[in-house]
Amino acid sequence: MTALQHGREDVEDIEETRSAAVAAASGRPGRPDRAVVRDSLAVGLAVGVSGVAFGVTGAAAHLTVWQICALSLLVFTGASQFALVGSLAAGAAPFAAVAGALFLGVRNSFYGMRLGERLQLPRWVRPFAAQAVIDETAAVALVQPDRRSARLGFTVTGVCLYAVWNATTFAGAIGADALGDTSRYGLDVAGPAVFLALLAPRLREGGEERAVALLGALLALVAVTFLPAGMPVLVALAAVPAVAFARSARTRTRTKKNENNEKAEEHAR
Amino acid sequence: MSTTWLAILGTAVGCYAFKLLGLSVPAGLLDRPVVRRFAALAPIALLAALTALQTFGQAPHGLTVDARAAGLAAAGIAAWRRAPFLVVVLVAVLVTAAVRDLT
Repeated sequence: MTALQHGREDVEDIEETRSAAVAAASGRPGRPDRAVVRDSLAVGLAVGVSGVAFGVTGAAAHLTVWQICALSLLVFTGASQFALVGSLAAGAAPFAAVAGALFLGVRNSFYGMRLGERLQLPRWVRPFAAQAVIDETAAVALVQPDRRSARLGFTVTGVCLYAVWNATTFAGAIGADALGDTSRYGLDVAGPAVFLALLAPRLREGGEERAVALLGALLALVAVTFLPAGMPVLVALAAVPAVAFARSARTRTRTKKNENNEKAEEHAR
Repeated sequence: MSTTWLAILGTAVGCYAFKLLGLSVPAGLLDRPVVRRFAALAPIALLAALTALQTFGQAPHGLTVDARAAGLAAAGIAAWRRAPFLVVVLVAVLVTAAVRDLT
């Protein structure tokens, strides 16, 4: 480690000591490690067990246990994994299936930027930490009050979730294989139900989110009647610029109206 | 190597690259309002499309309303009432299986 790096870490330490002191002075002590670890383990376990649903969905899509486990080990970002398996099961061309899964993975870049700023990881640690840059680790790490607890929360959530997600994926895949015809037990809807469960909280955010979801679903349902499998999902992306355009057009009209009103008022004066 | 394995490896490499890219670029480089808004809304469009297709789609180009729709409707109610993730999935599975058993 170079002297420069040492220097930077010292500055960080000072910053942290200061923020801890400020926290203490304001009556809000810095977060104890035990509280951070407890929260991280809770998230890791609660979300990790959903790996069962992925294992089952993979088996229902006729992937081998090895392929299902490889997805959880290597891809390790739930929505993309479910999307790939679902598209492959629907007979999508590999290229279209991969494209849909990758579009769902773009958001991790944005988590990465936030986390990079927050965690200040040494360069050599980044390639290892990257695999853990997902919804849950970002959610836990970014709400911590200081760098130390953010790093702790990121690490514990990431390791716990990775272990549990992969173990339960394996269990789900083996279990579904043993059951045989999974659609008899309704297990073929585990995939769409997962998408719905991921979507639901986003729909509470506002009208634009709901409009994008509705238009995206409609575009896909229309597109599926004539486009090759895998493409309808990508067509749904057109809902994003469409809704944004409709919204900006509406705001523009509104501003224009306001301007006209102001002019009219000025005239009246 | 089968196309399934190729798709798995392609997704793995791509998703990892997105994660590492985020950690490595200086903050603010990709952080324009337009890009950020697209990144926030794109998953919503994709998730809604995937839900609709896997609920109503019938390979290769058909649409149909069957037991899956009942299961997803029940899951929708559960999700709306803020049921935990696995409960939402379980409700969909059980209702779909029950409707299939009855019809």
